[in-house]
Amino acid sequence: MLLSYLKLAWRGWQRRKFFTAISLFGISFTLMMLVVLFALFDHAVGARAPERHTDRLLFISRMVLRGPESQSSSSLGYNFLQRHVLTLRTPEAIAVSEAYPINITLYVGQQALKADRRYTDSNLWRVLNFDFVAGRPYTATEVRDAAHVMVLNETVARRCFGTAAAAVGRAVQLEGRPYQVVGVVADVPTSRELTYAECWLPVTTTTADLQDPNNQRNYLGDFQAVVLARQAADVPAIQAEYQQVLRRLPIPDPEQFKEIRSYARTPLAHYMANHSNDAGQDGDAAAFWRRWVGLGLLFMLLPALNLVNINVSRTLERAAEIGVRKAFGATAGRLAGQFLVENVLLTLVGGVLGLGLAAGVMHLLNSSQFIPYAHLSLSAPVFGVGLGLALLFGLLSGAYPAYKMSKLPANQALKGRITA
Amino acid sequence: MQPQPTTAPAPPAATATPPVIQLTGIEKVYQTSTIETVALSNVNLSINRGEFVSVMGPSGCGKSTLLSLMGLLDEPSGGTIAIDGRPVGSYSDKELAGLRNHKIGFVFQSYHLINDLSVRDNVELPLLYRPGIGGSERRRRALAALDKVGLTARTGHFPAQLSGGQRQRVAIARALVGEPEIILADEPTGNLDSVMGEEIMDLLLGLNRAQGTTLVMVTHDEQQALKTGRLVRFFDGRQVA
Repeated sequence: MLLSYLKLAWRGWQRRKFFTAISLFGISFTLMMLVVLFALFDHAVGARAPERHTDRLLFISRMVLRGPESQSSSSLGYNFLQRHVLTLRTPEAIAVSEAYPINITLYVGQQALKADRRYTDSNLWRVLNFDFVAGRPYTATEVRDAAHVMVLNETVARRCFGTAAAAVGRAVQLEGRPYQVVGVVADVPTSRELTYAECWLPVTTTTADLQDPNNQRNYLGDFQAVVLARQAADVPAIQAEYQQVLRRLPIPDPEQFKEIRSYARTPLAHYMANHSNDAGQDGDAAAFWRRWVGLGLLFMLLPALNLVNINVSRTLERAAEIGVRKAFGATAGRLAGQFLVENVLLTLVGGVLGLGLAAGVMHLLNSSQFIPYAHLSLSAPVFGVGLGLALLFGLLSGAYPAYKMSKLPANQALKGRITA
Repeated sequence: MQPQPTTAPAPPAATATPPVIQLTGIEKVYQTSTIETVALSNVNLSINRGEFVSVMGPSGCGKSTLLSLMGLLDEPSGGTIAIDGRPVGSYSDKELAGLRNHKIGFVFQSYHLINDLSVRDNVELPLLYRPGIGGSERRRRALAALDKVGLTARTGHFPAQLSGGQRQRVAIARALVGEPEIILADEPTGNLDSVMGEEIMDLLLGLNRAQGTTLVMVTHDEQQALKTGRLVRFFDGRQVA
């Protein structure tokens, strides 16, 4: 049966090359756009280095102090994290790093090089999964002793020293002081906004006063906590423990603020919250999915309607076939199934073309460095979503024409007395 | 116009089994928003097993509508259709499709072959809708049906590569392949020259005589109609002889 459908679909496409080409172009272009968008999304929040354990990772990166008249929001103070977050008991490990990378100038001999820096503690290398190309991470002892060591990303290491391996052990001048490169990690794309940097330094080497006593009651600052749960099931418990901690905290300026809001969010929730002060712990996932799935469907709607239109007009051409099939025992359901299968086959071919086009666009994006350090690829999730979208597209654009075709009265169809 | 009394001929022989097709008080009215067309009026007709009945009448007299109703491709506006003595009025789409698949084969004036399918695939088509018949069995039966119509050498051809007579032979093979008890042929020689028309007619007569297949044929050709076992005539939606 399926073979018969395949034969018919194939010969139908060959016979109507122009319409098939238009249909395939619409399908493949739409799917290419959606696949590239999903690849960008997956690139930002998918499980890949250095955030491989996305199901166990939480980021505490922002706090909002709300009052009736005003609100203040920022990343978190180092002191706050030391006193109230590093003391959480449920997580397996907690790291502290600067919340946003800061652009600095590195000097190697006479060469000056701009790079984005993050101060971190040594736990960062345990909590996240950086791919070390050469050398090692800096240790807890080195952080405690404020050792002038650094980890570079591969591109900066190559620019400074030719190769990653050659960078290890060499000196880089930063703010007038020599730092020794102890390790080189694979590039992290800028789309990983919680973990991206080009240069990582022990937090204790900062010139800022991390223990500023004036800041004891100020919870806000320049840092974030990266929390690793023992297992994915522990994530809600960690989030609950953090909320308990917040409830016990005195409000820094009760005259001005009445409420403290901060969440331990998964990378996906952080992405979905998109720096909104109003987003909840899940990053307002429902609104995010509504918005993006709605836009995706809307984007698919126009080419789908075009395909629906082409398919419906084909009912005229295929009326006699429908009549014959009904005369010889095809039920309406069987006919609907046949036309749906044919349409899904067409969209799957379009999907494969779309994936090919998407691979080309991703290659262009990677090589153009439109997103620095991007390495977009047709990963398994991207491939799966591409085929899933093709299937959805096929069903969306095929259901109505298939229904309409299957309901044609056989005797009218045989006489050609039908209208599309 | 006053309804004319119908003069349905009596069955050829008294049989213990019910007629294979029985139409009782059949009415068919096509309605649009502005016009109502009576296609058939008070038709009472029995087709017995093994009969070869031809239906004649001028264009627009309701012959094809009659065949559509007998083939369960359309529903009457009034009256009852019974197949093997069972009224089919309350049958679902699925049940009617099953009945068409097992009991009835169709031959159309314009062949209605699917151009994108080969001769063999066209002939296999009715078997696609019959559960439990695998690909090799379908192929075997299709080749046997094509053998009966003398077209085994053309199995891989496509309809566009065949003459009109050959296409009609393929259509007959398709009607035969499921071994239906009834074949409904709507002007099967209408698009053919006289020589090919004779060939097709001989083929249908052979099926009726050799296999006992019940045949109902709509035709405009008096000579061909006279070769069949019974001739019924229609005029203006009514059976007149």
